[in-house]
Amino acid sequence: MDIVVCIKQVPHPDHFSQITLDPVTKAIRREGVPLIMNPVDRNAVEAALQLRDRSPCKVTVLTMGPPQAREALEEALAMGADEAILLCDRAFAGADAYATALTVAAAIKKFCPFSLVLCGVETADSGTKMVGPMMAEFLDVPYATNIRALKLTGEETCLVETDVDNAIMRVELRLPALITVSKAINEPRIPDVMGIMQVADKTLSTYGAEDLGLPTEKLGLAGSPTRVASVWEFKKDRRAEILQGSPKHVSKDAVAKLREWGGL
Amino acid sequence: MKDSRETWVYAEQRGGKLARVSLELLGKGVELSEKLAGGLVSVLVGSGIEALASELLSHGAEKVYVIDDPRLEHYHNQAYGAVIADLVKEHQPEIFLLGATAIGEDLAPCIAAKVGTGLTAHCIDLRIEDCDGVATLHQTVPGWGGGKRVDIICPQQRPQMATVKPGVFVVPHGKKHRQGQIVKVSPQLEDRLFRARTLEMTEQEGSELPIEEADVVVAAGWGVNALGNMDMVRELAEVLQGAVAGTRPLLDKGWITADRMIGQSGKVIGPNLFISLGASGAMHFSTGFERAKFVLAVDQNPQAPIFQVADVGIVGDLREVLPCLIEQVKRLKS
Repeated sequence: MDIVVCIKQVPHPDHFSQITLDPVTKAIRREGVPLIMNPVDRNAVEAALQLRDRSPCKVTVLTMGPPQAREALEEALAMGADEAILLCDRAFAGADAYATALTVAAAIKKFCPFSLVLCGVETADSGTKMVGPMMAEFLDVPYATNIRALKLTGEETCLVETDVDNAIMRVELRLPALITVSKAINEPRIPDVMGIMQVADKTLSTYGAEDLGLPTEKLGLAGSPTRVASVWEFKKDRRAEILQGSPKHVSKDAVAKLREWGGL
Repeated sequence: MKDSRETWVYAEQRGGKLARVSLELLGKGVELSEKLAGGLVSVLVGSGIEALASELLSHGAEKVYVIDDPRLEHYHNQAYGAVIADLVKEHQPEIFLLGATAIGEDLAPCIAAKVGTGLTAHCIDLRIEDCDGVATLHQTVPGWGGGKRVDIICPQQRPQMATVKPGVFVVPHGKKHRQGQIVKVSPQLEDRLFRARTLEMTEQEGSELPIEEADVVVAAGWGVNALGNMDMVRELAEVLQGAVAGTRPLLDKGWITADRMIGQSGKVIGPNLFISLGASGAMHFSTGFERAKFVLAVDQNPQAPIFQVADVGIVGDLREVLPCLIEQVKRLKS
């Protein structure tokens, strides 16, 4: 059985406040912000590795991004993935969820026969949760999102469990299928020294737009139905009155202020 | 294909009960459809759900497409997606809105991909603005943890699709006996649409007040660990007749349920009073309560960013401050 895990390299969420807007060009500036593998993508890699622990299969990790995105792939290889694919081309730049899903789906169709595609449910930077389900449509396979338990129930089916607003939904999927996982599914392993040393011996292939056979108007910004019309800094105005002193005194003070303003 | 200039709202229902967010979207839909000078239409899918159509009409829909079939009793993503996408392709609405609920977030990208249009996720504002002479839906989303705002547009493809967080818009006052059209649609349901088949949906106990409906919300952050449990947090919420919520770390710890998590990847709420206890104020958390009218924060670190997004902040140890706060509120309420 072959499993493809789609991952993404994202700015570290703890450093989002360092992301600024150029006052003139309004371009996003994120120099110096460390990049990491999107946190819940580790759970997707782990889910694949756990399936491989139980029955033989090949785990391929795949990402689309600039050249440095190979770091995220190397990390997944160090965790234990067998092979990696980097989709890297200037033509891919500026892709929205739709164009990303179309591009990645085309690469999977071309290079990776699969029984299962796994993704993290959302990315830390944009968090749309859309690329997975859109890819499923372009790959013409069934899908389930935000799943917290996964069990293979034979060669052709799997059972998943997902939280849906105060209910638990159990879904049976016919393979091949695409699944996005939540953090609740497992505890991702940390790469050990052996794993890190083996990375150099594993295959990491890079493909560009021409390799995928998609017309350039389907790729990147050109292939994206949505556009960013504007970006601005946001800060909600609050009174920010900070009280320090004896707990009794400040509590009384805070309640009195809220009472006066209409909060209580 | 016809250019209808219609605004569509997906009427999410589960077990014969409409999701509140669908009614909120009808409220906004009335405004958007007036600006577009087109109709407001709702799409209802399920089994034995036709009676809900009148509720949609009374909340502003002028037409309701009802897709009622026993095979659609449970939510099956690709079957729901396919029947809705077929309807969208046939009628070409200008705008199509869904709630950013678990189901909405699962379903919307499937429809967008099938129709071949753009989708904007978890919007916190929607408005029509002129773009090169075309009335265009501007869809505002929080970016990079909430410190930025991004306006997204979909210039060419139609419909302009967006999911909207529950609680962003207000449920309109229902008017009884509103006139409108109920149109039954017979779906084409091939077996392959059920390759992902929902076997069961087990409702969890949800007796507590949903946080998006509460006037007062008391949210616990990591600092609440020092209390050893949630008892005092609950007590404060009780004396205020409010609801208990929390941050992602508290969800991961199992002290709150997923429907009570505040933040960019959780609920975005706008209560009259929001009380943050022991949360430092990371942006992806504070973006979840920025529409609150008033914010009170308690944390022991005077440098914590939470104090910059609060109206009044108390610096102190929760173990000492919380009993005093409960006492003061009790006095006020008695």
